[in-house]
Amino acid sequence: MKVKVIVTPKEAVLDPQGAAVREAMQHLGFTAARDVRIGRYLEIEVEGDATEQEPKLRELCRDLLSNPVIEDYRLEMPNECLTKS
Amino acid sequence: MKFAIIQFPGSNCDQDCLAALRGIAGLKADYVWHKETGLGDFDAIVLPGGFSYGDYLRCGAIARFSPIMRAVVEQARAGALVIGICNGFQILCEAGLLAGALVRNRSLRFVCDIVTTRVESADSPFTCGVRAGTLLRLPIGHGEGCFYADEGTLRDLNERQQVLLRYCDETGRVTPAANPNGSVESIAGICNRERNVFGLMPHPDRACEARLGSSDGLTIFESMLRSLATNRAAA
Repeated sequence: MKVKVIVTPKEAVLDPQGAAVREAMQHLGFTAARDVRIGRYLEIEVEGDATEQEPKLRELCRDLLSNPVIEDYRLEMPNECLTKS
Repeated sequence: MKFAIIQFPGSNCDQDCLAALRGIAGLKADYVWHKETGLGDFDAIVLPGGFSYGDYLRCGAIARFSPIMRAVVEQARAGALVIGICNGFQILCEAGLLAGALVRNRSLRFVCDIVTTRVESADSPFTCGVRAGTLLRLPIGHGEGCFYADEGTLRDLNERQQVLLRYCDETGRVTPAANPNGSVESIAGICNRERNVFGLMPHPDRACEARLGSSDGLTIFESMLRSLATNRAAA
């Protein structure tokens, strides 16, 4: 099964990359772009039962895949069981 | 006194550190490969600059889980002196030994320059050799050196005088123009609450000889040496 992890910078953390991309969008005429945040997206192919692996996956999200000082993560398990940090 | 220099895959200032440290009278230094699980008989630990694990995921995020890091954390908690330079600073933050995090420079550019920093507190084993307010000219070279900490953490860092270095101009004034990477409150280096772990983005290791443009980096290593000698004499 495939689980997905989406890591985004916290609201309070400045995201200069996102700001640069937003500006580029505005240059291209998309003035409706108010804010752009750039994060990371991971697809993890996991063997076995998804729910059984969830605690370990969550631990990995917190300790390795994201840095809680500057980032939030969202772990998307199969079957649309959406969970947020 | 003997310093351990931890080598991670992608470290590239390990040799600078070795050369700088061995050039100081009374100081020995040796490499320790990151796959080691124990540290031998060392008086202090250096995490050098570089791009450990190619900066994959986040700078320092993977090095933090290298086998040697368990021993580094253990020793740090036991009171050993640990200094993390540039990528070493990033690793110490990722490992939770120092507060805050280092993110992409506000300019989005890699900066390579010589900057002036101001010693904010002499009350640490890393700065005890000089007075607060002393200016140090040190090289920097980083793309992710923008120090970030939330408001509460910043308040703690300031109240406990854990900010040891700030970027400033040549006259010692902390100004936005003298901040090379957008770090909050121009922070260039901090220590932990116990004051035995220090992380900084500038490279004292690359500023230990006048012919390199500055020997101000010696201040930091000589302070460590002095502090260790004082502790040894007291023991």
